Amino acid sequence: MDQEIRQVLAEHGRLAVDVSSLDENTDLFAAGMTSHASVNVMLALEDAFDIEFAESMLKKSTFESIASIRAGVLEMTDA
Amino acid sequence: MTATTTAPPLESGSVDVVRLMTDIAEKVSGPAADEVDRLGRFPSETIDALRADGLLWALVPREFGGLGATLSEVSEGLVALGRQCASSAMVVAMHHIQVACLVRHGTNDLLRSYLAEAVEHQYLLASATTEVGTGGDVRSSVCAVDVEGGTFRLEKQAPVISYGNFADGILVTARRSEDSPENDQVIVLCRPPDLELEQVGEWNALGFRGTCSPGFVLRASGDADAVLDQPYGDISTQTMLPIAHILWGSLWLGIATAALDRARRFVQAEARKRPGTTPAAALRLADVSALHQQFSDLVRSSVRRYEEIEGDGERLSAIGFAIGMNSLKVSASTLVVDVVRQCMVICGLSAYRLDGPYSLGRHLRDSMGAALMVNNDRIMGNNAQLLLVHRGE
Repeated sequence: MDQEIRQVLAEHGRLAVDVSSLDENTDLFAAGMTSHASVNVMLALEDAFDIEFAESMLKKSTFESIASIRAGVLEMTDA
Repeated sequence: MTATTTAPPLESGSVDVVRLMTDIAEKVSGPAADEVDRLGRFPSETIDALRADGLLWALVPREFGGLGATLSEVSEGLVALGRQCASSAMVVAMHHIQVACLVRHGTNDLLRSYLAEAVEHQYLLASATTEVGTGGDVRSSVCAVDVEGGTFRLEKQAPVISYGNFADGILVTARRSEDSPENDQVIVLCRPPDLELEQVGEWNALGFRGTCSPGFVLRASGDADAVLDQPYGDISTQTMLPIAHILWGSLWLGIATAALDRARRFVQAEARKRPGTTPAAALRLADVSALHQQFSDLVRSSVRRYEEIEGDGERLSAIGFAIGMNSLKVSASTLVVDVVRQCMVICGLSAYRLDGPYSLGRHLRDSMGAALMVNNDRIMGNNAQLLLVHRGE
């Protein structure tokens, strides 16, 4: 799953650094992901995992690190 | 200050902020409005009067020496100011946006002690968010804060700093550090004597002429604690953007209200000439009154919407709320032009001429600025993207 998340971030995150260099807890916004890019990341994650994030998860903290994204995706796939 | 009176207490020890601001608007701002507009001069009499009554920092909670005013009260006060002098109201609105950011997000010791000092001296705060080279996108910065040994240093090319020459301090956005990407921004309180402004060009605009908003090269330094702890992105989403849109909307409503006042007086004067015959323009007045009511309800419901969740960072960051506050700005800035334009049709040439009691030239020119200050197209572009993920809840 982490590999797929990293793939989405590489394609849509528009990060200032190489995705492979990121720790799973690195702050993605501090790494250059704009709020616009985070929307694209979210859309791509929904497509990649065939999920729809709940309204309550549509906030910055869900998308701020690889670990938080994984937790969010898991929450939606387990639901 | 002879123009204002001390209001009787509302409840235990509270000050009637709306009445005080309305008094100043009517007795001080209104009489100077045409001159402020014509000369494009700073409305210092309004600021001095607000300062004398402690109203510039009214939003500061009582525990820090402020008046503990609500956003509703400041919003109503700005409707009253906008009705008399849109330039004065815009300066006051922009100042209050900065105050709200400091109250909510300026939580370290240095910024808390600044708050007490600012209340005491009633400083006027300006803002420098736009920058040469970012294409008008306030959520990205070229300049960066350079922190070394507990001291920050900053230089910014600002295409516009409203009332920069008259401010006692400026909240400035910049990248967090030289190594930070363009959107990793912080906001820094810059103040004299470690603040230097080199003016670039003049401010000679169609409207809001008294805001005195030329460009500047800004150079500042100071204690690194003057950098607000939270990322600017969060401060913008939760406070700066919604409050800006609410307070701008309030003063634009004031402009529309002034235009409606003139149109109503015009139609009533016509009616008095021929009692028994409803003037032709009365139907248009009924029409524009309905539009004005929509406008008024929009602004006032938006203030309530903010106040209901103002302590809740999560809800303030929700997508639906952001869409709502963006829509408020776009709708309000469109409605103000529509109302003024229709009032001009009602009053005819009496509104078109630049003198006389029904002139609406200043109102029309001021209203045209509303859609341009943070361009509506940019805001709609943001909403277009937010709506791709909004669940409609």
